[in-house]
Amino acid sequence: MTSDEILRVEHLKKYFPVEKGFLERLLTSSRRFVKAVDDVSFSINKGEVFSLVGESGCGKSTTGRLVVRLIEPTSGQVFFEQQNITEIEKGAFREYRRKLQIIFQDPYASLNPRMKVGQAVGHPLEIHHLEKGDEERKKVMEILQRVGLTPPEQFINLYPHQLSGGQRQRIAMARSLILNPEFIVADEPVSMIDVSLRTTIIDLMLELRKEFDLTYLFITHDLAIAKYISNRIAIMYLGKIVEMGDKNEIFSNPMHPYTQALMSSIPVPNPERRREAIELKGEVSSAIDIPKGCRFNPRCPYADEKCRTTEPELIPVKPDHFIACLKAEVK
Amino acid sequence: MKKPVRKRSSFNNQLLKIGSLSKRGLAGWLIIVGAILVIAIIVMTGISPWIRPYDPIAINVGPILAPPSNQHLFGTNDLGQDVFSRVLSGGGVMLQVSLLSVIVCLAIGVPLGLFASYAGGIPDRVVGLVMDSLYAFPGLVLAIAIAAMLGRGVINMALSIAVVYIPSYFRVIRSQVLSIKETSYIEAADAIGARNRTILSRYVLPNIVPSIVVVATVNFADAILTAAGLTFIGLGVPVTVPDWGLDLTSGQRLLTSGAWWVISYPGLMIILLALGFTLMGEGLSEMLNPRLEQ
Amino acid sequence: MNEETTDESHLLTVNGLTVEYWTRRGKIRAVENASLTLDKQETLGVVGESGSGKSTLGMSLIRLVPYPGRIVSGDINLEGQNIRKMKDEEMRDVRGRRISYVFQDPMTSLNPVEKIKDHFVELIQTHEPKVSKTQALERANQLFRDVGIQEERINDYPHQLSGGMRQRVMIALALALNPSVVIADEPTTALDVVVQAKILDLLNSLKNRYGMALILITHDLSIVLQRSDKIIVMYAGRIVEYASSIDLYSSTQHPYSQGLLKSIPNIELTDQKLEAIEGSPPDLLNPPKGCRFWPRCSFAMPECRMEEPPLFETKKNHLVRCYLYKDETNDQ
Repeated sequence: MTSDEILRVEHLKKYFPVEKGFLERLLTSSRRFVKAVDDVSFSINKGEVFSLVGESGCGKSTTGRLVVRLIEPTSGQVFFEQQNITEIEKGAFREYRRKLQIIFQDPYASLNPRMKVGQAVGHPLEIHHLEKGDEERKKVMEILQRVGLTPPEQFINLYPHQLSGGQRQRIAMARSLILNPEFIVADEPVSMIDVSLRTTIIDLMLELRKEFDLTYLFITHDLAIAKYISNRIAIMYLGKIVEMGDKNEIFSNPMHPYTQALMSSIPVPNPERRREAIELKGEVSSAIDIPKGCRFNPRCPYADEKCRTTEPELIPVKPDHFIACLKAEVK
Repeated sequence: MKKPVRKRSSFNNQLLKIGSLSKRGLAGWLIIVGAILVIAIIVMTGISPWIRPYDPIAINVGPILAPPSNQHLFGTNDLGQDVFSRVLSGGGVMLQVSLLSVIVCLAIGVPLGLFASYAGGIPDRVVGLVMDSLYAFPGLVLAIAIAAMLGRGVINMALSIAVVYIPSYFRVIRSQVLSIKETSYIEAADAIGARNRTILSRYVLPNIVPSIVVVATVNFADAILTAAGLTFIGLGVPVTVPDWGLDLTSGQRLLTSGAWWVISYPGLMIILLALGFTLMGEGLSEMLNPRLEQ
Repeated sequence: MNEETTDESHLLTVNGLTVEYWTRRGKIRAVENASLTLDKQETLGVVGESGSGKSTLGMSLIRLVPYPGRIVSGDINLEGQNIRKMKDEEMRDVRGRRISYVFQDPMTSLNPVEKIKDHFVELIQTHEPKVSKTQALERANQLFRDVGIQEERINDYPHQLSGGMRQRVMIALALALNPSVVIADEPTTALDVVVQAKILDLLNSLKNRYGMALILITHDLSIVLQRSDKIIVMYAGRIVEYASSIDLYSSTQHPYSQGLLKSIPNIELTDQKLEAIEGSPPDLLNPPKGCRFWPRCSFAMPECRMEEPPLFETKKNHLVRCYLYKDETNDQ
């Protein structure tokens, strides 16, 4: 545990029970679970952008929500600034909401349609008994300015449906920032925004990081964006981290077969680069029936008997390059 | 209690937005026509003491069972009462009953629906069970049963109608709350630290107001008809109050003797009033639903 | 190729296509004056962001623009025949049999209460009534082999298949009647990147094998650059650039295309400097006068605000709708 570390996640698990039909409930006694997050551990240093990358269903969004305690873990702990925040009672946790914030994927759904921009952005201040009235209004205008919505007076009385996706996402950011947080989970913040506008939002996030001294947990399925924005990345598959480490190291030297396949499949904006995509057999298994052994084995071109029976641990093969693969040492 | 005030102000917001009704096509016209009907009847009932030619409960102001004429525009009934005057004044009871029932439903049904369905789990199941059982009864039968227990009078009628209608509010609110509960803006409210009661009052309630308004208008229409029904079988108001429902009862007896005017005019008014509310409800529903889909 | 072409040697020719949506709030010109050609075994990429009109363009090619949209003007010629003039029964025959469409979301495009095999049988028998059920199933099995799904899955219901498989079923259905043109509208958006690559490879190999032409509609510029022969870039309902994928990459001309290219992260580069395009797409109910892109264009000149530029041909088969190139037209 270094003093640089702002967040640490240890053996986090989240299992969702599968609803059973009436007959099933009568006839079987076993419970089935969607193992959305299945033993995830990582740490993030202050000021970093840490990306959690994976395809839909890998558990990255669930992990993000666990970190800010929007949902409670089935087991495992989250440490924020060396404090175990998973043990804190819900009421006491409210204090931490000022420091830990989250931005959601869908700018069309994350703002209350019946709240004006000014009210929505100022509401966190009211909730935490901070500024009110004119003071509140001043802070709201300031923050709207900082996220690029100028002139702020023009925006405070508008409703979300009067604004574009990009503007709404800025408002969501303003709402998160007004409490001066230290840590922000960004859950696919640009995937529902037009391609040509994504860079503006991402660059804004990077500027705000400097200005507000923020740390980001950036969740995305887009490896290219992850490469652009992060310092360190972790790649998830079916609820577990399969590869993790310094961004440049991982991108120049991907070791896990899944990471390699992902990187080779991503289209590149260059017609002369007809890439050879690594083919993976089949498709992602369901998170209810996770394959025995290494969960990636049904699709892995290198899988052998051992892979089908033993689950690999996430181990370092180099400083800041971790991989969960039984064949790691051999490489 | 703070809630009704907030509801009314967001309702006013709705009204202001509805301001440009005529531009909204069919839905707008439905609302306008319905509103005109309802307002006209309310006004008519309100100014009736000054414009009615006769005292509506005075008997023998004219010949018994006289057909419509210049002195008695809608004729007279078997007590010699002027039907026209009774028609002008007879809406009061129904309007009061329906308004009261809506208020009771809102006061009880809305908080119940909000809290139970937002909480989920056992409270939701228990309340839902009670509501479903009530809902399973045919409305009029249940209203009659309750009115019979409570007795006559405007308040009791309103209460029995309210009991019948609260399940409808509950259902509508519940389905809305359940879908809203899953949205990102509720998660976001949670994430900024809002307490549940704040989430309910500022994030959930304002978003379900449109559907509540729609149910309320249908409630009004239904209440009118149920009130007429209750009065018809004698569970309504005493004869000292002019009431269309009472006229229906007496008018029905008199049909066989050919005095069609005693039942027809009050009957028509009941239909028009109920229709007015129904049109408003349809128009609002039509207008609010496509908007929500946008 | 000029703006107006009636060259019948092309498989598909579109001239001056304009599509409008007549909404309660006003008229929206979703597509204006679009022209394109498509030849056998060619892949045409149509790229644009939300509101660009790319999906509307695709749907108008099979005359399935949803209400309240309507094709207002223009010609669509398939193998010499004017599609716009066809009667409804003729058009129904064209759809699926001569031009087929792969929709974006395979989850909602398949009938959940019908087995996959029934989808095929219904489709084939509707267009070719003389085909028996056995023959139809045989063809379906062959298609399943083509798209790489195990034959037994033909007895499944849609919900029993994964997203990638459903999309493959959609592709198989699109090919069932051997169409000349397949239009794929965002065929991979709902899929994960590895499956996406497989599906795109599949479309390509099937295109070559069956000699079809493919129209790929997507917002992902990387996909069209890597997978199409020529590309149409659309912005606010207009075609702003039309070029081969190589030309579009090596000499990107329209400021919007340039901006787009500069704003996408390239996974093969390190320490990229990305640039955003200022502003946001216009409100189609109230579009800016003149060139639709001028409010966001760093090269905007006075004439851009007054009148919309026509398409200038700067070299053979490279067209751009921008006054910056008005003096560069290639005189043939």
